[in-house]
Amino acid sequence: MAKFSATMKKVFVDGIWNTFCVKWIWETFFVAWIHDAFFINFVCKKLKFDKWKAWVYLSPAIILLLIFTAWPILNTLRMAFIEDFKAQNYRGLFEIDWSKLGFKNFEKVVEYRAFKTALKNTMLLCFLTVPISTFLALLIAVCLNAIKPFQRLLQTIFFLPYVTNSIAIGMVFAAMFNVVGRVEDPNAIVGIVNNILKLFGVEPIDWINSSSSYGANLTVLVIYIVWNALPFKILVLLGGLQSVNKQYYEAAKIDGTPRWRVFTKITVPLLSPMIAYVVITGFIGGFKEYSSIIGIFGDGMAPPGTSLPGNKRWYTMVGYIYDNIERNQGRASAAALILFAIIFAVTMVNLYVSKKKTHY
Amino acid sequence: MSDIKSTVMTEKDITKVSSKQKVTKILVQVGLYLFLGIMAFIVLFPFYWMIISSLKTVTEYNWLKPSLFPHKFTGKGYVEAFKVANLLDLFGNTLYVGVISTILSLIITVLSAFAFARLEFKGKNVLFAILLATMMIPGELFTVTNFQTIMKWEWRYTYKVLIIPFLVSVFYIYLLKQNFMQIPNELYLAAKIDGTTDLKYLWKVMIPLALPTLISITILKMMGSWNTYMWPNLVANDEEHMLITVGIRHAQFVDEATNQTNFPAQMAAVTIVSIPLFMVFIFLRKYIMKGVSRSGIKG
Repeated sequence: MAKFSATMKKVFVDGIWNTFCVKWIWETFFVAWIHDAFFINFVCKKLKFDKWKAWVYLSPAIILLLIFTAWPILNTLRMAFIEDFKAQNYRGLFEIDWSKLGFKNFEKVVEYRAFKTALKNTMLLCFLTVPISTFLALLIAVCLNAIKPFQRLLQTIFFLPYVTNSIAIGMVFAAMFNVVGRVEDPNAIVGIVNNILKLFGVEPIDWINSSSSYGANLTVLVIYIVWNALPFKILVLLGGLQSVNKQYYEAAKIDGTPRWRVFTKITVPLLSPMIAYVVITGFIGGFKEYSSIIGIFGDGMAPPGTSLPGNKRWYTMVGYIYDNIERNQGRASAAALILFAIIFAVTMVNLYVSKKKTHY
Repeated sequence: MSDIKSTVMTEKDITKVSSKQKVTKILVQVGLYLFLGIMAFIVLFPFYWMIISSLKTVTEYNWLKPSLFPHKFTGKGYVEAFKVANLLDLFGNTLYVGVISTILSLIITVLSAFAFARLEFKGKNVLFAILLATMMIPGELFTVTNFQTIMKWEWRYTYKVLIIPFLVSVFYIYLLKQNFMQIPNELYLAAKIDGTTDLKYLWKVMIPLALPTLISITILKMMGSWNTYMWPNLVANDEEHMLITVGIRHAQFVDEATNQTNFPAQMAAVTIVSIPLFMVFIFLRKYIMKGVSRSGIKG
């Protein structure tokens, strides 16, 4: 495969580069550019402008960052602390209504049932999927490391879900779990997953349709999120395993250490930096969970007919923020700041724990 | 004498032990392959189901006992998918946004990374630290304000709004800066003595040497516009500017005969979206891994 891709690269990249004169066009334009640059350099030198050169190079990035990163940080703080902030009432960029300043937005947001739903869902998904996917990924990585034939093939298979469109594949999962008609009805089309479960004697379950329970939805979401999160974790952990010094294992072999002890006393401690990395990025991603829910349930973020107005069953923090961007910017900013605080706190706790527990 | 004899293993014992070890070893290997095989099956099954469902007829898809392999292949799902979801337009929009934003993003990233890696200026380290710190903040925090900004400038339902807010990525600057720093400074000084301009040096030396990183950035950026959903769904979900992920999520695939979802057509659309990603995976995996293992960021 590697050779094939190398050939393809030669044919496509180099071929197009040389035959279609891209190189020639590029260089002609570039020579013109250099002349310009030379002229600018000359002027700069005459004007003793040289020390500003770096800022000229940085200027496009800095201008864009000021508009789309720095200003949003300030503005989010302003909006979050002004009660019921609505963009149309505040024309000036730095206009602040001092009488409305305070923590009112936060108090209100925390009381909203929709926000509570979002917080509960996010926490539940996060604390279920991160441990499950980390454990499974560790298991798969260790197994992959222990085999010889087919290792590369299996490695490729396990990495495949990484480069997918998570909304599109969410739709595939929805199709697999979909049920048409009532599950009790023997003529209902119950979908492939229920049919597979039937082989093990499990009665059909309504997973994601209108009569589905919260628990059934949660199961589907956890399966999908874990499926989606595995490849990255396996990649990192397997990379870590392959760089572990083999001497430890040889010593354990001579001592006749049982496999399970080798795993808990050698593999896990030596891998702990990688595990910490995977857990931290997993938590950060988990708190921003959103696309898997859109993939499975669509923009409704809930099985059809189960949502109360303004409160969708599968709201997550990010889903809640996006739904409030147009309606109430004060609330949305307060929620965004809370999300940031949670992510920050969890990351700090993780870093603290991993500093105490990891061996280098 | 007899004590010693009983503790020393005879040749027979050794073969016995080693054959026992062999058996456990084989059992363990079988267990490993069984576990990995089952997991690989679970990983691959959704892809398999997606492809075979897209090739089934609607009637066959709705069988009470789903067939694991189409009895009758049909391309109707694909025809329907192109018609209902307007896939060609979606492709065009996504390609346009992807290519333009990749080119602009590359130029900005190269210039900034060069400034950070080679030039000296006051406050360089502080500025870079601030940039890295912004990477910790979740993007949703910016989105609330960015939405107001683009509304104020009346950019809603344009291509600009899909391209400009995400041109600068601190992560890409960081990645490229690290790569530029590995190129020995002597080359730069030598070039300076020869009277080469910065831009010529950048073009002739730095960019060729950092080409793999630039390719990684290109792929990640292109995949980003292929997979992005939230922002385009918020600001450009009109027909004219719709990107592919938003398009297939919103398309209503309904089978007229049964008034149910036309799953073969939907799966066909999903397959079409996935194919370019598989191609990237097969041919350019090396470059994706390079970016991935450092970030954990998708797209």
